[in-house]
Amino acid sequence: MAAKKHIKWSHYINYAVISLATIILGVLSIVGALPASYQIIFENIAIAITLAVSLSMVVGFLGELSLGHAGFMCVGAYLGGKTVYLLAPVIGEIPALLCGFVVGGALAAVCGIVIGLPALRLRGDYLAIVTLAFGEIVWSIFMNTSEETFGGALGMPTVRIDRDYLFVIALVVVLLCLAVTQNLIRSKHGRAITSIRDNEIAARATGINVTKYKLAVFAISAFFAGVAGVLMASSNYTVQSQKFNYNYSIEILVMVVLGGMGSINGSIIAAALITFLDIKLQTVLTGELAVLQDLVYAAILIVIVIYNNAPGLKTFREKYNVKSLLGKLHNKKHDPANARDDEAKWDRVPTKIQMDEVLSVDVQVKSPYDPDKAGKGDN
Amino acid sequence: MEIIETLINGLSLGGTYAMIALGYTMVYGIAKMLNFAHGDIIMVGGYTLFVTLSTMGMPILGLALAVVVCVVLGVTVEKVAYKPLRGASPLAVLITAIGVSYLLQSLAQIIFSSAPRMVYVGGQDGLGFVTIGSLKIQKHILITLVCSVVIMVVLSLFVKYTKIGRAMIAVSEDKGAAQLMGINVNMIITITFAIGSALAAFAGFFMLMKSPSLTNTLGAMPGIKAFTAAVIGGIGSLPGAMLGGLFIGLIETIAQVVPGMGAYTVAIEFLVLIIVLLVRPTGILGKKRREKV
Repeated sequence: MAAKKHIKWSHYINYAVISLATIILGVLSIVGALPASYQIIFENIAIAITLAVSLSMVVGFLGELSLGHAGFMCVGAYLGGKTVYLLAPVIGEIPALLCGFVVGGALAAVCGIVIGLPALRLRGDYLAIVTLAFGEIVWSIFMNTSEETFGGALGMPTVRIDRDYLFVIALVVVLLCLAVTQNLIRSKHGRAITSIRDNEIAARATGINVTKYKLAVFAISAFFAGVAGVLMASSNYTVQSQKFNYNYSIEILVMVVLGGMGSINGSIIAAALITFLDIKLQTVLTGELAVLQDLVYAAILIVIVIYNNAPGLKTFREKYNVKSLLGKLHNKKHDPANARDDEAKWDRVPTKIQMDEVLSVDVQVKSPYDPDKAGKGDN
Repeated sequence: MEIIETLINGLSLGGTYAMIALGYTMVYGIAKMLNFAHGDIIMVGGYTLFVTLSTMGMPILGLALAVVVCVVLGVTVEKVAYKPLRGASPLAVLITAIGVSYLLQSLAQIIFSSAPRMVYVGGQDGLGFVTIGSLKIQKHILITLVCSVVIMVVLSLFVKYTKIGRAMIAVSEDKGAAQLMGINVNMIITITFAIGSALAAFAGFFMLMKSPSLTNTLGAMPGIKAFTAAVIGGIGSLPGAMLGGLFIGLIETIAQVVPGMGAYTVAIEFLVLIIVLLVRPTGILGKKRREKV
């Protein structure tokens, strides 16, 4: 008897929401009911979601910190953007854009593999600094190119694809990115990737090819960052290399962290919300006030990371979180064993945490050994 | 003669980088975390110097105040942001440090605006030149070079021969064992942050002596470069940070002099970092750590 296949509908909600949004907005746009400012907002939101979801693969699922995601995007924006620019007069805008996606994405993926190679030897902070170095190298190289090739400091001219449908294409790219990411994470390979995050040595010991998976994740993540770069090039008239500096990589990282590491839906919501607020607040907070927004983001980032990760807040966290409160409504206790695979389980990795608790300097002995009181219990 | 001048300039810049790199490497060695906000402590020191100079006009007093403010800030950041995360995943600590860095930068921008402030440590015309034979060297370069060498020697002696210094080595070797030996690990970590922040204040002073323009991103790029230096030298190792700092300073100065290379300075420095890390993942003087399950 064939085993009954369970379809978890919750896995497909994000596809449904985004597809519905794409169709409704596309129709509105064709009718002409969607204002241009909203078309631009949706373009930017789609680009941000692609970036956040692709970075989430590396940071949330592979467990390596990448601080050079904007570097991959820069490669895609320049090389893919150039492809579109050269091909558009010959084969038309849309086919040229598709070629641009392939070229930009593929070259960014090659860079991803190149950066993934040190990832095999380095981990944690060292890898973070190498990816940071990569991002800085990429934009400074494009910055110094001649005017005929990539425009140099002035920026490279690109084809501005018609606003009426560019955001629809961008949303389709988001759907593709989601399909690849979610299906990968929920497959056998995805289990292997999360096991590398949770305990690399144990993963290696069970026969998982760590090298292969690390390179693959870096390549896929870089591919979508490259595609997002092509989208960004096509939604502007020029590409400026300074835009892709370290700060932009951090902005993407903030989206992933605020959304909840290892949660794809969280990344999507955070990316959409932050981008929307960015654009809306630009008109409200002008001049020196604009920095207030950065201040608030930084503060939220610190508070959320400390709240989610501080060992001292562990009991508090387990008592009062959204899931356990919802669980109470359903009259069922939140059990970490039932947590879905694609949820972050940063504090539920038994080996690592137990070792850390043993080594933690904050472990205070409540009642130090006192020879006078020793043996009191025996009497 | 130009070559010698370039070398001296490079060593002086390297001295500044070494100051910052020492802060990174000490904190990394002891708290096992990458303190991304270290560069921004330099910036806070710079603004302290600016405020003192514009109200009282004494550079040395400004430096002393900058050291105090930086130490207080560094220790506060450690207590508020990093201490609760001790024992958490390194990624969480790193992201918090990035958050603190952004917080400091945006706070500075709110208080002092983003317009550059001019901090003339040696008066409007700078400190002038020293001529030795046919060599003509700017005074501030010599001051930086001498001061950084003195600080490095003092720090090495401090770590090697004082009780606190030896406790620092013990904590960086094995936190648990050090605690069992009666070392107050929390206090050692606080002291490490204090020393690192004081060195950052000195680095800020040297940087403003070189170019007087002060913005809220003063420490960001030098911070990253100095971290690169610390990694190249082998993070956690004091001589490594000094060596790496001088190395990066020399590379930067030489790249700026060689025709056609100036624009690629940053790219060259980071390329060197990647190559060093690929050949020796723990840096030039770093210890190889065996992985334990």
